[in-house]
Amino acid sequence: MGDATLAKSLLLALPLWFLAARTLPARLPWLARALLGAAAGWAVALVVTLVLPPGQMAYLVSFAIVGSIYAVLALGLNVQWGYTGLFNIGIAAFFAIGAFTSALVTTRMPTGAAAAFSQQAFGLGAPFLAGVLAAGVAAGVLALLVGGPTLRLREDYLAIATIGIAELVRLVFQNERWLANGPQPLRGIPQPLACLVRDPGCSWLPAPVAALFDPLAPRDYPYVYLAIATLFVIVVYLVLERAIRSPWGRVLRAVREDEAAAAMVGKDVARVRLQAFVVGAVIMGFGGALYAHYMIAIDYTHFDALYATFLVWVMLMLGGSGNNRGAILGAFALWGVWTGAAFLVDLARPLLAAISSDLPARGPYLRLLFIALLMLFILLYRPKGLIGEERFVSRDSQGRDG
Amino acid sequence: MAKALARRAHGPRPSARLRRALGSRTALVVLLVALLFGLWLLAGAQGVTGQRLLSLAVRGVMLGGVLALGAIGLTLIFGVLRIPNFAHGDLMTWGAYLALFGLTLLPAGPPLAPFSFGAELLVLLVLVVPLVGFTGYLLDRLVFRRLRARRAPSVILAMAALGGAFLLRSVIYLGWGADFRNYYTGRPRPAVELFAGIRVRPDQLFILGLALLFIFLVYLLLERTKMGKAMRATADNADLARITGIDTEGVIRWTWLIGGGLAGAGGVMYALDTQLRPEMGWWLMLPLFASVILGTIGNAYGALVGALVIGLVWQMSTAFLNPAYGPGVAFVVLILVLLFRPQGIFGKPGGA
Repeated sequence: MGDATLAKSLLLALPLWFLAARTLPARLPWLARALLGAAAGWAVALVVTLVLPPGQMAYLVSFAIVGSIYAVLALGLNVQWGYTGLFNIGIAAFFAIGAFTSALVTTRMPTGAAAAFSQQAFGLGAPFLAGVLAAGVAAGVLALLVGGPTLRLREDYLAIATIGIAELVRLVFQNERWLANGPQPLRGIPQPLACLVRDPGCSWLPAPVAALFDPLAPRDYPYVYLAIATLFVIVVYLVLERAIRSPWGRVLRAVREDEAAAAMVGKDVARVRLQAFVVGAVIMGFGGALYAHYMIAIDYTHFDALYATFLVWVMLMLGGSGNNRGAILGAFALWGVWTGAAFLVDLARPLLAAISSDLPARGPYLRLLFIALLMLFILLYRPKGLIGEERFVSRDSQGRDG
Repeated sequence: MAKALARRAHGPRPSARLRRALGSRTALVVLLVALLFGLWLLAGAQGVTGQRLLSLAVRGVMLGGVLALGAIGLTLIFGVLRIPNFAHGDLMTWGAYLALFGLTLLPAGPPLAPFSFGAELLVLLVLVVPLVGFTGYLLDRLVFRRLRARRAPSVILAMAALGGAFLLRSVIYLGWGADFRNYYTGRPRPAVELFAGIRVRPDQLFILGLALLFIFLVYLLLERTKMGKAMRATADNADLARITGIDTEGVIRWTWLIGGGLAGAGGVMYALDTQLRPEMGWWLMLPLFASVILGTIGNAYGALVGALVIGLVWQMSTAFLNPAYGPGVAFVVLILVLLFRPQGIFGKPGGA
């Protein structure tokens, strides 16, 4: 067993630990669950790293990273749509503004020769977490601006306004060179904890821990990022689960189910909606930051309606609106379908070529056709998605289904 | 409590009165005129000549005509069926690409001078209108009707429309790829002087004329036929229409056929003026919805007025803004309307 395997499996063990601890029966004491989960998670991670060839492993890791980023977006949408019934079809706007904000906050202003062909409004060189926070704040402020005038009106208006803001944000990042290098990609976004895979190592880590990660080479960085991305999903999930079971979460669902009744018991419906909209947008902004630091270089084309809005919607609907586990499940499942369909399209290449010589090059669009059909199918035949909404009254109550 | 009662005795609070004044129809019209005037001043301050501004205004009216073709269908579908049809822009794209497909089948005639297109495009236009109308109706039969039967809320219908939009676009991508296309590649389209130094392309005048013709046909249909009357009644108050014995399914069918057909014609015209891209219709959604809301949902003439305003503002803003921001300017108008008078120009007070 190579030393790198140990370090890799430890990084992989983090999400598996959480999964295992969650699936263990709840009557075990939490310490036992944590320890057992850690053991099980690490064992699985070790086996996977040992058994799978490096190429497949790298593929799996990058798949899981993108899946985690989509899971964050789907969780954000779940706050807005799943729990509150807000129809946001401008996810791309909050995703993009999060990504670009974090990129601007964490990069440094280009100097010397680079300044000649790369422009940006500012570059603070701040740490990763500052970038993530700034991303959340920027997305939240944007949500306030959009939600303020539209959330007190009928529900379709929000959808129309969010389409508009997504367009506007895309246009700004496409055309304003001074802001974030215009149509050219904004490059050099720092990778958090990259020192783990570099040679001098992280100076702030205690020596034995640093030694553990020493065998990792720079090309192993995705393992580190997978741990970061999944940690994000876990934290967002746990916080949301808490929030949804709080009185605030109950008000959200009350507003979704019966606005008039919620207003009658004294809830400020417009305010609650705005809160949910902003919270969801902040989470989408976090997702944007995660995306930016994974991609290292971003430009406006990454934030189009298909990848950044439509896929997230189908993910949430596939998994089950109103269920945070459904959102995460849907994100990974649909991303699996999307990437898996690429293989299928490759297999079908000869068939496509037989139909028309142009078709093989356009094969990837078959996936879009399939996903659009899937969405309509879910709407028509299985509106609750794979696992459906989780019904509960509140944390302490054992009462009948809400 | 006592204070509130005292207030009521003296009529609405001053702030409420101000709000109501700001939300009046007059205020909105004044606001729009002020916006146009502001654009004029801004352009003037940047040294844009009056001739150029007038040319832009003519182009704006032309663009407004094309937008109106989309917006009229959108507002009828919105009003009659309660569907915010997010697939409408893609129906326009679909029409544009159907005509492109037709051009590869038909023999290309000589251009009808001074226009850049041949007679075959006119033939195709006549064919595309029913085809796109039928596409819309098919979408309704396969998707929306089932959701209606289930009494699905408006948001679910909107989501289905979104799915329909991406479905249509995937078919377009598969058929024609993602590249820019033109109906007549490499054919020159010079602008000519109309009068007083106003320069436009002949095609644009043709588009404006054709858009006006279509709008006139819609007017005849809505005002002079029984179906048109039924459609207006359903858009105005669907429940009332149903209990007075209006054939709702027939109304729905004709709404899709007309709305889709107009969208198809608008798509062909928009593509003739600019070029074809699979995303062109999606990017028109924002100006279209802005026109519809500005002119009050369900009101076909309102949609026409809204589209003309949006077209004018969009074109005039290019005098001093990057032309790419045209749809963004439509967004500003939309937000203004939502802030001050969400029921639109022709809405009843307290609507929306």
